Amino acid sequence: MEIPYTYKARPDTGLYNAKVGIWLFLASEIMLFGALFSAYILLRVSAPVGFWPDVALGWPRGLLNIPIGTFNTAVLITSSVTVVLAWASLKMNNFARFRVYMVITVVCALAFLGIKSFEYNDKFSHYVVRLKDGKALTGHIEVNGKHPRFWNFNDQWSVAKLTEQKVEKIKVEVDPPRDIHGHVKKDAGHGAAAHAAQEVAVSDIESMGSYTPATHPFFAVYFLITALHGLHVLGGALVLAYFAFPGAKMWKSNPEQFINRIEVGGLFWHFVDLVWIFLFPVVYLL
Amino acid sequence: MSLKAFHTIFVGAAVVLMAFLSGWTFLAYRRTGSAEYVVWSLVSAVSVIGLIAYGRFFLRKLRNVSFL
Repeated sequence: MEIPYTYKARPDTGLYNAKVGIWLFLASEIMLFGALFSAYILLRVSAPVGFWPDVALGWPRGLLNIPIGTFNTAVLITSSVTVVLAWASLKMNNFARFRVYMVITVVCALAFLGIKSFEYNDKFSHYVVRLKDGKALTGHIEVNGKHPRFWNFNDQWSVAKLTEQKVEKIKVEVDPPRDIHGHVKKDAGHGAAAHAAQEVAVSDIESMGSYTPATHPFFAVYFLITALHGLHVLGGALVLAYFAFPGAKMWKSNPEQFINRIEVGGLFWHFVDLVWIFLFPVVYLL
Repeated sequence: MSLKAFHTIFVGAAVVLMAFLSGWTFLAYRRTGSAEYVVWSLVSAVSVIGLIAYGRFFLRKLRNVSFL
């Protein structure tokens, strides 16, 4: 017996099975991301006064690279346009153009992930160093001439670990001073000149931590939501790449069902991009 | 809801985001006086116009496709 409405729309609802299925799935995804966004808002509004935003350091403003975030937003918006153009090309019976648009979509997804991993790497070598005299420095650190890397958890440093390994001094490329809105102050300069390298004796350090979840709740939420979103981008890219190449055989055997598959894949992709449209202003700008 | 309808909503959300970014960068310019923010604000404003124009083109092109 053949399963009904796999590609033909059911007359009373006007929907085929996969479209109902993807919307049920997306409803569960909305609840998942909605819960995480709610957690972020509640953590932020219920934080002790002076802690978030941090009065001394201005955190979390100015912690993320906004130009890179903006570029990644543009990349995802472009990918949504190309995925819908791929679907429209199939509707116009133009398979060659469909494949071109699909490849551009997958390239955009990979570019997004590449840029995101660059950002992650930067956070794992970016530290806040609190000194015993009450001051705090933020910047990229160098221990024994090396920057910590995010793929190596043994590369993460604490005062105890530095003492244990008999490191006497570390180098901090100190960030330029920022105002409470996270903007670099007018007289701080730009580029390399703004990042003055400073040697700090380990004996003067009270505590230190990289820009990772253990250091501040902002990073816990940032890494959780962006990593979950990144996994969705990766999953979506794999599915769309499958449709563009091995899965495209269906275009010859059952073109109507193939068009429906692309539409369902496109709906998921739009959801993933829409999450980023909300995520970008919340974690980067506000 | 079809991909056509979802894409229309998505473009609308992108327009709102870009308008917000344009305003945010303009405020940043007012606070810092940095010329980079003015350029950024203008590029965001132009992208708002571009996205609206694209949205209209898209809806015209897929006139015969259902929103369901």
